[in-house]
Amino acid sequence: MTVADVLLLALGAVAVGAGFLVVTSAHLVRSGLYLVVSLGAIAGLYLVLGAELVAWVQILVYVGAVVVLLLFAVMLTRAPIGPSPDLDRPAVPAVLVGGGAGLGLAALFADAFRWVRYPAPEPGTAERVGEQIFGAWVLPFEVLSILLLSALVGAIVLSRPDIGARTPAVAEEHEAVAEQNKAVAEEHGQEV
Amino acid sequence: MHVVIPYVVGALLFGLGVYGVLRRRNAILVLMAVELMLNAVNLILVTADVSLRSALTGVVVESWARPGSAAPGTGGVLALFVIVLAAAEVGVGLAIILQYYRMRRAVVVDDVRLDADEERVAG
Repeated sequence: MTVADVLLLALGAVAVGAGFLVVTSAHLVRSGLYLVVSLGAIAGLYLVLGAELVAWVQILVYVGAVVVLLLFAVMLTRAPIGPSPDLDRPAVPAVLVGGGAGLGLAALFADAFRWVRYPAPEPGTAERVGEQIFGAWVLPFEVLSILLLSALVGAIVLSRPDIGARTPAVAEEHEAVAEQNKAVAEEHGQEV
Repeated sequence: MHVVIPYVVGALLFGLGVYGVLRRRNAILVLMAVELMLNAVNLILVTADVSLRSALTGVVVESWARPGSAAPGTGGVLALFVIVLAAAEVGVGLAIILQYYRMRRAVVVDDVRLDADEERVAG
């Protein structure tokens, strides 16, 4: 057991424990906050494994943006204070499939890699990752930028009712507002 | 370091994510469970970058799999790509959920009725 092993074990325990709370907590907002703990612990694991840039990108993109976006959506849709009793489906099939997948994969990995020591990697620098991305992986990188752009445009089109699909509620609102405006205009006309 | 530790952690996180996707009824919680699964895959990619590289040194392999041909850090680069994909997925997914919430005032995945729109169009 080296220092790296102890760190890996501790951070892994934190990540799995917080992940368990994410999928079992009855509080919507707490679930999101446990997700922060789990993702932060995974960033720590990346640091120990020598992928420094990935760790900081994980903190920036996941903890900084994705979780905030998820919490934002929780607040916008339904943010009850206290536990919500109706969050879960019956447990048996989920436990069977999820537990089977998790424990099966864990057994597979444990059998494949055993308790063998591997030499610790040199800490990867941003320079080396940059050489990789702009050397061997330029084409996927560019395709990803197109994908991000299309996701951006898609999200805008989806969330704007005036250029996306018209919903009945929004249409009714528009009609109500139009009628109000008409009534106000008539009143003004009478006054004049 | 013993790479089996992060591998097992990744496998367990993936199992938790599958459990969450199947168990949760709230669409936002389903997205959170999907994030757990994506992170498990990222962790396994980064760990494979450590273990496979040192395991393949000195092994005669096909040219496309030669460890010298791929510079170290490939697993990290793939993990970065997956993070970008996850960010795009969350953006579009939340836009869909919010739009659905605006139409029906609900975020429960079980209650999504696919035939309701057709009825309205027909009526």
